[in-house]
Amino acid sequence: MSSIKHPELSDIFNKDEERVNWHDDTLWWIRAKRDKAAHGISEWELLRETASQIKNNVLSNLHNYLIEFEEKAQKNGIKVHWAANAEEHNKIVLSLLQGKGINQMVKSKSMLTEECHLNEYLESNGIDVIDSDLGERIVQLAKEPPSHIVLPCIHKKKEEIGQLFHEHLGTEAGISDPQVLTETARIHLRKTFLTRRSALTGVNFAVAETGEFVVCTNEGNADMGAHLADIHIACMGIEKLIPKKKHLSVFLRLLTRSATGQPITTYSSHFKKPRKGQEMHIVLVDNGRSVQLGREDFRNSLKCIRCGACMNTCPVYRRSGGHSYHNAIAGPIGAILAPNLDMKEYADLPFASTLCGSCTNVCPVKIDIHDQLYKWRQVIVKEGYTSSAKTVAMKVMDFTLSSPTRFKLAGKIGRWTLKHAPFTVNNRLNLWFKNREMPEAPEESFSEWYKRNNSI
Amino acid sequence: MSRATILSAILSNQPQTTQLPEDLQFDCPAKAAVTEKFIQMINLIGGRVVEIQRIEDINLYATAHYGAGERLITPIEELDFYTQFAGDEDPHQFENIAFAVFKTHFAVAENGAVWITEDRMGARVLPFICQHLGMLVFEDSIVSNMHEAYQLIGSQDYGFGTFIAGPSKTADIEQSLVLGAHGARSIIIFLLKKEL
Repeated sequence: MSSIKHPELSDIFNKDEERVNWHDDTLWWIRAKRDKAAHGISEWELLRETASQIKNNVLSNLHNYLIEFEEKAQKNGIKVHWAANAEEHNKIVLSLLQGKGINQMVKSKSMLTEECHLNEYLESNGIDVIDSDLGERIVQLAKEPPSHIVLPCIHKKKEEIGQLFHEHLGTEAGISDPQVLTETARIHLRKTFLTRRSALTGVNFAVAETGEFVVCTNEGNADMGAHLADIHIACMGIEKLIPKKKHLSVFLRLLTRSATGQPITTYSSHFKKPRKGQEMHIVLVDNGRSVQLGREDFRNSLKCIRCGACMNTCPVYRRSGGHSYHNAIAGPIGAILAPNLDMKEYADLPFASTLCGSCTNVCPVKIDIHDQLYKWRQVIVKEGYTSSAKTVAMKVMDFTLSSPTRFKLAGKIGRWTLKHAPFTVNNRLNLWFKNREMPEAPEESFSEWYKRNNSI
Repeated sequence: MSRATILSAILSNQPQTTQLPEDLQFDCPAKAAVTEKFIQMINLIGGRVVEIQRIEDINLYATAHYGAGERLITPIEELDFYTQFAGDEDPHQFENIAFAVFKTHFAVAENGAVWITEDRMGARVLPFICQHLGMLVFEDSIVSNMHEAYQLIGSQDYGFGTFIAGPSKTADIEQSLVLGAHGARSIIIFLLKKEL
């Protein structure tokens, strides 16, 4: 695979300019809602700082917190499993289902299972999986991955969703009213909730002190699945831990305000013990996280609470779409998490940024996202994972910029070219010509002007 | 199997221990302001507040809004549609509940959430599976923010507890807000005013 995938995939997304503008505006509108919610709380910055410090403490003491969490959860009657990687995670889930003779599962939103490609794995092993979050159900019907961690089908128009529902759920052709479509999904998924014996949920926060975990949804789908199923499997990355229950106050205040501008999700459910007659399992997943923990420059990325604020604000994400990141987690945060998993495959992502820093400014746990993007670029270049064209270009730049004589000569050539042979740069081969005109060439360089005006 | 591997990798890679920050505390506004903020938030998040003087007033609401054929349920003993729960009912039997009412522990003004634990739900699935949801909130149990909320929860033991803020909702289709995704289509807060 070449390492310039993000630009190519963005090109595909950008073919329909009107749609790109719509996508851009929609996400900016959500960003504006976030601002309104954040500005409505005078202590917002104090909350961010507090959340950041709590997460720093978690990462610095993760070993003990995991042991404490496991012990407490077991005491509460929850079975705890450990998975070193995606493959082991998937096998654990499959064996739990097979152990109960179950071949149908309902799943609420879990980015971890997207990261592990659980659905594909289960389906290839004869397990039927239905995603119950409306947005996830829509992309599942479209056979696409989610394009946003909070808003999985933000890239889809209601007419396309209407068509999907017509094909798969039997609605009338041409219906695109969100109210009608949501009602259709409600009725369809109610049947699913009532007939599935197993439910899988993600985890937003897990409390070391008490062994409980918290799942946040607006739709109520995690609860509908979990409370009706005989077996509830909750999958979480090991970084989802927080030390004490009281810390939830800080994170629940920040999470949804950052994500959608709501004061809190409709449901913030605290699962502590299985209900009578039910089995409850937690799968603790590493999948590269312990490695990231050891990378001093990048470990902060593990503080992420998956609110998606960095995506909504990112000028590149908004105009390139989630699928251009070819990773379960898109946007700025995805671009610093993905290279840890596979540096070669995701070498393009840290370059999919203007480094404007807006992501860092909205992050509720103060991850230095744009600094990490910049640092990843350096690592990736040193490891030799950039495209050869970029390497040659950088070498030429280095050759030119490291000598004043060559720099001056290059300037002269550039100015002459722009003036006398504009066709050599004003063409499709020059990436800087895309969507913009090349500037008019000045008569002289600044050095020449300076020399002339200071010679008296 | 992987437990030891994961834990030892974490131990060798985690940075030097940092301190936890101090707990956040903020000045409490006057009680009247807290109630007003709570009502405002409930309206904002798509709920409705019905002020009542005594718990039994909920019966009047129920008879006014639901017909004889509709299934109502509540674990609140003072109400006419009180149902006794043994705790091991099959959750699937609650599929056709039209309206369910529960007694909350407290409510939070800053976001309109109410806190309720399993022992007050009858069955865990009930507040989610019912078509319409009623929540009894005592006015003097409304706290200002989430920090106070967790102080109240403290070390309270429960098998399951949840904050519920408004009706179930989604905006997954072109960001159009639709109430009634998978959980309750509407929520009524029965606000029990303080005795005069």
